[in-house]
Amino acid sequence: MNLTLKIIVTFAALLSINSFAASKVHLDHANTDIFDEASLQNGAKLFMNYCSGCHSISFMRYNRIAKDLGLSEEQVAKNLMFAGKKTGEAITTAMPNDGASNWFGGVPPDLSLVARSKGTDWIYTYLRSFYPDESRIFGVNNKVLINASMPDVLWSLRENQSEAEFDNSVRDITNFLDYVGEPAKLIRLKLGKWVLLFLGILFILVYMLKKEYWKDVKYGVWRPRD
Amino acid sequence: MNNKQSWIDQRFPLTKVFNEHLAEYYTPRNFNIWYFFGGLAILMLGMQLLTGIFLTMNYKPDAEYAFASVEYIMRDVEWGWFIRYLHSTGASAFFIIIYLHMMRALLYGSYKGPRELIWILGMVLYILLLAEAFFGYVLPWGQMSFWGAQVIISLFGSVPVIGPDLLVWILGDYAVGDATLNRFFSLHVVVLPLILVVLVFLHIVALHTVGSNNPDGIEIKKVKDKDGIPKDGIPFHPYFTVKDAMGAVAFLWIFCAVVFYAPALNGYFLEAPNFIEANPLKTPEHIAPLWYLTPYYSVLRAIPPLFGSQFPGVLAMFAALLVFFFLPWLDRSPVKSIRYRSPIYKWILGVFVVSFIMLGWLGVQPVTPLYVLLARIFTTLYFAFFLLMPWYSTLGKTKEVPERVTG
Repeated sequence: MNLTLKIIVTFAALLSINSFAASKVHLDHANTDIFDEASLQNGAKLFMNYCSGCHSISFMRYNRIAKDLGLSEEQVAKNLMFAGKKTGEAITTAMPNDGASNWFGGVPPDLSLVARSKGTDWIYTYLRSFYPDESRIFGVNNKVLINASMPDVLWSLRENQSEAEFDNSVRDITNFLDYVGEPAKLIRLKLGKWVLLFLGILFILVYMLKKEYWKDVKYGVWRPRD
Repeated sequence: MNNKQSWIDQRFPLTKVFNEHLAEYYTPRNFNIWYFFGGLAILMLGMQLLTGIFLTMNYKPDAEYAFASVEYIMRDVEWGWFIRYLHSTGASAFFIIIYLHMMRALLYGSYKGPRELIWILGMVLYILLLAEAFFGYVLPWGQMSFWGAQVIISLFGSVPVIGPDLLVWILGDYAVGDATLNRFFSLHVVVLPLILVVLVFLHIVALHTVGSNNPDGIEIKKVKDKDGIPKDGIPFHPYFTVKDAMGAVAFLWIFCAVVFYAPALNGYFLEAPNFIEANPLKTPEHIAPLWYLTPYYSVLRAIPPLFGSQFPGVLAMFAALLVFFFLPWLDRSPVKSIRYRSPIYKWILGVFVVSFIMLGWLGVQPVTPLYVLLARIFTTLYFAFFLLMPWYSTLGKTKEVPERVTG
């Protein structure tokens, strides 16, 4: 490729903002909807059953999940709270750190912010990209995170579900993690349109006020007041 | 009411100050859209101070707790997420406004005499604001906070002879850590805001002494009526208070659209790796400072090391900032406004703007041979804009400047 061509390609690349995508692997679009309450509830159930044994989401509290996902605190305590005692607690894991280091070669990361640091597409693709690899300690490897030290924990789910059903389950987990990454998203996305509507109306009023005052200037009426 | 006013006025020049700076401060009537950004910058300063106060109430400047305390603000503090997004979006918005405010000065020659001191105070403000934003970005103590700080501060280590000692003096430790975080917090919430507020005050006092420039680059004080009031001037209050209020609401609409719908703005306002807690043992794949610092970061990377030292690059980076100060004396054009300048100057200014934007873009890209070459070309153009100005600003034919403002 000669230099001129390289420069043209560089300028063309300017138009597409892909500069922050660190991963070279193709990621499937997660297509999650944070306002789909049933999906969030299912995602919470799947996360607590399949993931929370090893991964904490320690910036999240049980009662916040109850409040945001349309559940009662009793329901959460009974069905989702395995490691905690009170619903006001943060969601940690019962697994000891020393044990985790021995079993997996490292402490499984806290997933409170994984949707913000990696993105929902990454989670969605990662969880669906395990493949058999006998050279690895758990007999599986991952296409997205090569040599991941995590076993394919969702295998039993995949065996009992069709491909489309499994994709939906993973989508629900992803959706839940997206919510966990930023619970305020539920508030800000709902509130945003009202804020913009208010500012829009306010702008019309201020614009009319400005027009009214500036008539003086426009028609040369303005004189310095005494 | 009148009695009360005179009671105060006997003890404090309230009416006098109000008249001098608002009701009888005569402002050119031909201000265009570029003249909104000064007022908006004050709005942003106010917003950053106010939201900063509430963030400080809940933030913990401790390497152990800082990251978690930011998430505590985002989740457990009532409206904490809103305050934090106003502050984080506010930082980037502040810079967009400041860059446009500076662009206005370049377009209409506002830095030229008699406004040299306004320009110098403004440049000091700009550099301090860069420092303020840099310190603020370290506080959430994410991966980019930590490694960004590591990269920027290590530059001081390249200073010959005193470098290593200087580095320890800045860090308060041998590496970026708790001591660094604590002092950056102090600088971010007390020292710099205090200086910024004082300098903004001086910037405005200097402006009100000589009066505002305008898109025609004419001194309106040259043509006065019998009462000594500029014929092309109108009182700042109420005409520009209502006009600036209109601009502020329009700006807030765009600002709130970002705060509510895209507070991370695709990684430009809040970088994704910064949602991972700082880890001194794990270097991120790609370290880039936030966008408003990247033009200078590009200049730094464009300069080849000398005898294995990055110092020439560091000097070039600071030179790229400091060269702005000399603008009033580098520009020898007889006219101020771009409207009456020669076509050659318009082209050169255009090339400079493109160079600055390209340097900013290159600053977030990984280093490749092509990008280094581009960074060198644009760095050369950047400095050429300033250093060749005494020569090219006199070239070409300028248009005749009217006596009274147009439009």
